[in-house]
Order: sequence, then structure tokens, then C-alpha cells
Amino acid sequence: MTITPGHWLALSAALFTIGLIGVLVRRNLIIIFMAIELMLNAGNIALVTFSNLHQQVSGQVFALFVIAVAAAEAAVGLGIVLALYRNKETVNIDEITVMRW
Amino acid sequence: MVTLAWIPLLPALGALTLGVFGIRFFPKRLTALLACTTLTLSFVVSAFSVWQLVKLPAGEARVLEFTLGAWLPAMASPTSHGIGSFGVDWALRLDALSAVMILMVTFVASLIHIYATAYMDHEEPGAYARFFTYLNLFVFFMLTLVLGANFFVLFVGWEGVGLCSYLLIGYWYQKNSAANAGRKAFIVNRIGDWGFLLGVLLVFMTTGSVDFYAVRAAVEHMPIETTTFATLSAACLLLFVGATGKSAQLPLFVWLPDAMEGPTPVSALIHAATMVTAGVYLLCRNAMLFSHAPQVLEIVAVVGALTAIVSACIGLVQTDIKRVLAYSTVSQLGYMFLAAGVGAYGAAMFHLVTHAFFKALLFLGSGSVIHGMSGEQDMRHMGGLRVFLPITAVTMTIGALAIAGIFPFAGFFSKDEILAQAFANNRPLWVLGVITAAMTSFYTWRLVALTFLGSRREAAPAHDAHGAHGGGHGHGDHGHHAPHESPIAMTGPLMVLAAGATLIGWFGMPPVWGGSAFEHFIEPVIATGAHGGEGGGHLSHATEWTLMIFSVTVALAAIWLAQRMFVQKPAIADAMAARFSTAHRWLTDKLYFDELYGATVVAGTYAVSRLSFWFDRTVVDGLVNGSAAMTVFSSWLSALIDRRGVDGVVNGVGNTLHDASFGFRRMHTGLTQNYALAMVLGVVVFVGVYLVVR
Amino acid sequence: MGTAIAFYILAALILTGGVLVITAKSAVHSVVWLVGTIIAIAALYVVQHAEFLAVIQVLVYAGGIVVLYLFVVMLVNLKRPAEAIVHPQRRERTGLLLGGALLAQFAAVAFYAFNSPQVGTAATYSARGNVEAVARALYVEYLVPFEVASVLLLVAMVGAIVLARRDA
Repeated sequence: MTITPGHWLALSAALFTIGLIGVLVRRNLIIIFMAIELMLNAGNIALVTFSNLHQQVSGQVFALFVIAVAAAEAAVGLGIVLALYRNKETVNIDEITVMRW
Repeated sequence: MVTLAWIPLLPALGALTLGVFGIRFFPKRLTALLACTTLTLSFVVSAFSVWQLVKLPAGEARVLEFTLGAWLPAMASPTSHGIGSFGVDWALRLDALSAVMILMVTFVASLIHIYATAYMDHEEPGAYARFFTYLNLFVFFMLTLVLGANFFVLFVGWEGVGLCSYLLIGYWYQKNSAANAGRKAFIVNRIGDWGFLLGVLLVFMTTGSVDFYAVRAAVEHMPIETTTFATLSAACLLLFVGATGKSAQLPLFVWLPDAMEGPTPVSALIHAATMVTAGVYLLCRNAMLFSHAPQVLEIVAVVGALTAIVSACIGLVQTDIKRVLAYSTVSQLGYMFLAAGVGAYGAAMFHLVTHAFFKALLFLGSGSVIHGMSGEQDMRHMGGLRVFLPITAVTMTIGALAIAGIFPFAGFFSKDEILAQAFANNRPLWVLGVITAAMTSFYTWRLVALTFLGSRREAAPAHDAHGAHGGGHGHGDHGHHAPHESPIAMTGPLMVLAAGATLIGWFGMPPVWGGSAFEHFIEPVIATGAHGGEGGGHLSHATEWTLMIFSVTVALAAIWLAQRMFVQKPAIADAMAARFSTAHRWLTDKLYFDELYGATVVAGTYAVSRLSFWFDRTVVDGLVNGSAAMTVFSSWLSALIDRRGVDGVVNGVGNTLHDASFGFRRMHTGLTQNYALAMVLGVVVFVGVYLVVR
Repeated sequence: MGTAIAFYILAALILTGGVLVITAKSAVHSVVWLVGTIIAIAALYVVQHAEFLAVIQVLVYAGGIVVLYLFVVMLVNLKRPAEAIVHPQRRERTGLLLGGALLAQFAAVAFYAFNSPQVGTAATYSARGNVEAVARALYVEYLVPFEVASVLLLVAMVGAIVLARRDA
């Protein structure tokens, strides 16, 4: 009952899909952002797996960068959410349809 | 030797300072002081340099050089003997020949500067400074010309003095005649410069160098073109064309008499002593080169002799005091070319130097007379001025005797030398020379007689036709009271030059009296090898004595004749003029050279211009207009196609897209997640393709 | 064997947590489940011998980002349910479909990947300690990207402040 990289990658893919479905289905912006965090973490798992596979720490370093980017994304994204909330009294993505002609 | 660079640089600095600051800010005293100081210092440095030169052992090694840097870096260039190296340095070279020239130039120029401080005193401070700016600049270029070690540095000076000459002739540019005279001088010089530059290039093609010494060394071993008229001859002829322009020889002499429109110190410095002798200097500098083209030398001699006699003839009847001197200058320059043409380069140079002294003296004296007469230049309105201008009268008489060739004045030695050489080499030219000498004595003494001797003739009102010659002087504040002697700043240089005109000749003793120290000094530079220095023919002592006595006798006879005609019995002159009225009119009108050129060259130019104007208007403009009309027509055509055809297609596309977009825009819901869906769809498709293709 | 047990337990925790995050009615619940998921992932990192990354995961995610989410959730004080309004042009089912399709594709990829070699013991490169190895890579090999990342964070900070300013 050995655990191959395939197992790790399957976990990563499953988590990624969960996050993706969250992004595509949920209407609450905050939850969508959390789903994005799930996707990023799925990516991190894959990176760490490959890092182990290739016996190199580069993968872990990339994971660190992903965490940094996630932090930045969360800060800016949540700032946008706050600004939207102030202006439109809502965080429902279906009510925010300004991105069209 | 760095000192060498300071000789031309001092006047250049003076010109720069005066030009930048002087014209705006300097009072006259400061301008005068600065201009004279730079020149005097330049003379001192020249004297020092020449002293250094003389200390060197005599011979070809007696040379001082200074190279400022490369002008044109050396580059390979084809010549008639394979590939030469075409490089030009800013090189100055002091040898015996240029030593003589710089001493003469700086000395005479210093005196003339001092003279001019008083002569130009009635100008406004700005114009005063402008005058000295030009004058300093001129000296700079003249020194560059004589010190230049190669043709191109010489050419810089050559063009520079031409420019300054133009600026100074047109100094009173408000006067139409002065401005025109300046232009005339410039344009006529242009013709000469064209020849000069072509000649230089031909010299480079032939010898592979433009340095004088290198050219001399290269030419020395080439055959003398006695019978053929080959490259060297062509080069020499072109260089001589340049010399005729600058030194006012036939047929390009017409600008020099008109150049008298400039202030008198300018006439003395540029159009008598220095610039116009540049052509003679050029010939002597390239003595070796010219000696290898004997046919060209013959042309030089003939042109010189003809110029001498023609201009002397014209000078006989001129009434404007400066014009007489101008024609005299042309005549004497002809003498120098005659000397160079018969191979007597030393004699030519010697006459150049002595002429610089006595002709500068005569010009400055005439300037003093004009100054004393409040701008009057017509000799018919003078007479008896010895009482009013004693110093001027005495010094000018010395100058006149010197130019007439009376012993012991300078002209005697130099002119006698030339005539002796002409006698030895070419008898017909000697005859012309003697006749010219007689005429020279005659018209010079006529000048002295009409001006200083006899009784005072009533001056015409200042604003008649002749007074206009000096009109720009602005002598109005002098009023019309009696003539007066000039200030010491003017008479001083006159006296110094008179002393020079008396003494300088003794440097060039005839062979019978022990030989010329002057020619011995410059011998290494002008040596022509094959020709053995002095044109070959050596005369016996008896012949020399005879020639000397003969020429002095002729001169004295001419002077006596002039004295008789213009002082004792003025009626004779009028009678002669009436009797030979046609000849007199021809001479008075300067043999119609200006009219000839007007009818041929100028009219020809006009005709060509008119022809090209017509060509331009009808043919070129026709083509242009035709093409324009074609363009207009084709534009109209293409506009038609554009509106009917292209616009139709464009509008069709636009309409189609517009209609289609009404359907497509339904896709743009503004729902962010729908856009994300599209992204994911893309990812799924990509991964799907990857899985299928693998 | 221990690794396998840890993997399956943690994987179950992670997937359950993830599903709960995206299915929770209230955002507060979502955040709580997110914390759980993240801590489970951190534990997973320990299993994979990425100790440093595990610590950072807990510190930054659980300690920083999640707190940020909580703040926003608290600040956003809605008068009506967050997802009350549904846009008529939503394509919810398409989303689910695409998610399933992607999962299937991943499964296909994983099927190929099961034949790949085992995860190493990590002994060779963790002999001198995972932290040191990561630090060496981060500060020597990836120094420039590291600095760029710090600039990115600075920009994000400034951007967040500008966006969240009350009078913006």
C-alpha cells in the first residue's frame, strides 16, 4: 500500500476541481475568493509533490511564492469586495454586471 | 617650435576679442590699443623666430616647423603613381622665404595699424572696432598663408585674406559702389581660386603629397617638360590662374582698381603690400615645380610684362590719386611675375618686399593727403600741398623716387635686378620692362607734381562727382578750411616706411657690388636645381653697369618730362590730351576692360541665366505642372473608384459586422462567472486535446 | 505504511473540508472550514517532508489570510441574504459539468501517472534540514524572484489601502 506521486496528484486534482466548482457555482464573492484559495492550495500540493519527486527544493520555493501571491490576491480582492459593498450594498456577483457593453 | 603658432594666433586673438566684445563695448582708445598691441607683439615674436632661424646653419636644414595637429587624417587616395596618402596637417613652417614674408607682413601691418588708428578716428566706436577686427583677422590669415607648410593651410589663408579683402573693400557698405567693389573683388578672386584648387589637386595627383617640401622633393626628380605640355605644366598653369586672381594680373586685374573703395589703410595693407603679393609668393614657394614647366613660366613672364605695361598706360591718365597707385600696384605686380617668369624668383621676392615698403608708403601718404584735404581724392583739385603737408610731401617724394628706381632708394635695386634678369633671358620682355619703368617714373612723378608741387588749384565743392570717391569718409566735421598736416600717428609710420624704402634696398645689392644678401638668404628655398638659381644667364660687369645707368637715365628722363608737363608748363599736358584724344579717352576709361567683361562675361552670364530661367519656366515648370495635372486627374479617378468601389466594400463589411454583433453581444452578460466558464472551457479543451494527442 | 494511513486520513479531511467550504450557506462557516482544510494541508506538507512550508502554511494562511477573510465577512453586514438574487443568464449547470469534465480529465492524467516512480524518502536533500535547503534556494538561487515577490506584496498593500479607503 504505497503512496505514489499519482496519489498526491489525484488529491491535488480533486481539491482543484472542488475549488473550481466553487468559483463557478457560488454567488457570494467572499466564498468565491475562498474557493480560489482552495485552488491555489491544490496547486501547492502538486508543487510539493513534484519537489519530492525530483528531489529539489525548487518546488517548495515556488509554493512559497504562490502563498505570497495568494496573500496579495486576498488583500486586493477583499479590498475590491469592500469597495463594492460600500457602493452597491451587495457582495452577490450576479448583481455586479458592470463588465459588459 | 610652439612660438611659431603665436605669430598668426596673436592677431587672431585680437580679432576675436574685438569681434566679440569690441564692436559692442570697447571705446576707440582700447580698440586701437588692442589691435596695435597684438600686431606689434606678433612682429616681436616673428623677429624672435627669425632670429632663432638665422642661428641655425645655413642650407636646406634652416627650417622651423610646428604642427598643431591633423586636419584631415591620412587616408589612402589614388594618384597617378599608385596609391598616395592624402593627409593634411595644421602645419606651420618657417624657412627663409616665409621668414622674409612674416617680417614684412607683421612690420608693415603694425605700422598701418598705427596709422589707421588716426585715419579711422572719425568712425563710430562700433565701426571703428569692426574695422580693426577685419584688419586683425586679415593679418591672421595672411600669416597663415605665408607660414602654411602645405597647399591646404596656404589655401585657408588664401581664402581668408580674400574674405577679409571683401569685408574691408565693402567696409563702407552703405555706399553702393563700395559694396559692389567688394563683390567684384570676391567674384573675380573666385575664378582664380577655382584654378588654384584644381592645381593643388593636380599637384597631389602627380606627386602624392600637398606638403611644399615633399612636392619639391618629388618634382625634383621628374623630367622638365620643355617640349611637352604635361601634368606638371597643367598644374602650374592652374596654380598661376589662382595667382592671377589674387595678384590682379591680366586678365583678372579689374577688381583691384575698384578695391580702392575701401579705406586707404586697407588699400595700403591688403591691396599693395601683402595680399596681392600672395600670388608671387605662391610662385616662389613652388619655384621647383614651376621650373619644371618652362612653357608655363614663359606664359607667366609674358602675362606679367603685359600686365605691367597695360596698367602703367592706364595709370598715366588717371586723376584719382588712389587709382593711380592702384594701377601702379598692378603694374609692379606684373613686374614681379615677369621676374618669376624668367626664373628670377629671388628678384621677384626682393621686389615684393621693397614694393611692400614704398607702395605702402605711397598709399599711406595719399591717405594723409586725402585726410588733409577732407576727403578729396581728385588730383586736379590739389597742387601746392607741400606747404600744408610737409612731412607727407617729403616722405611721398621718397616713395615716388623709390618706385621710379632712382639710386639709392629701394626700387632701384629690386627693379634693376629684375630688368637685368629679363635682359639676360628674354630681350623683348626687357624692352617692355624698360618702357614700363619709364611710364612708372612718369606717372609717379605726375602724382607728386599734381599733388604737392606747383600752385594750389581751387578745390571743387566736396559733393561734386569726384568728391564722391571719398564720400563715405564722413569728414564733415573738418569743414572746408585749409589743408592740414596729419597727426603723428599717421606721419610716424610714413617716416618709418620712408626710411625703410630708402634703406631696404641695400640688402639686395647687384652682383657687381658684391651680390645680394637677400637672395643668398632665401636661395635654399627657391633653388631650382637644374636652372642654377638665377635663371641661367649671367651678365658681364660692363653690361650690368650699362643697364643700371640706362634704367636710371630713363627714369630720370621720365621724371623730367613729368615735371615739365605738369609743373612748369601744364598747358602741354592738356594739349597732348587734346591731340591724342582717342588714346586719352581709352586710357581714361581703363581700356574698357570693365566694359569688355560686362559685354562678355557678365552679359554672357545674364544670357545663360535668362536661358536657364526660360528653360525652368517652360520645360521644368511644364513637366512639374504636367505631372501635377496628371496627379489631379488620377486623384479624381481614384476618388471615383474609392467612393463607388472601395467604400462599398468597407461599408458592406461594417454593416455586416454591425448586424452580426447584435446577435453576438448577447454573449456579453456581464456575469463574471460566465467569463470564467469560458476560461475553464478553454482549459478543458486544451487538456482534452493533450489527452487525445499525447 | 504510516505514510499511507496519514495520506488517506488527511486526504479525506482536505476533500471534506473543501466541499464544505464551497457548500456552506454562511460565509462564516466557509471560513471555519477553510481553516480546517488549510491546517490539514499543512499536515500533509509535514508528511511530504516540507516542514518549513507547513509552518508557513499555518502562519500565513491560517494566521493571516483567513483572519483577513473573517474581518471582511464581519465588515460586510448584509441586510438580505448574500445570494438572494439569481441572474437569469447564470450557467450553473454548465459550471458543474465543466468541473466534472476537468476532474475526469485529471483522473485520466492520474491514470497514466500511477505508473510513475515512487516519492523519494527525501533523505538525501533533507539531510541538512529542510529549512536550510529552502533558505538556500530562496535566498541564493531565487533571490531576484524573492525580491520581486516582496515588491508585489508592497504593491498589493498599497492597492488594498487605496481600495478600502472610506472616502475613495
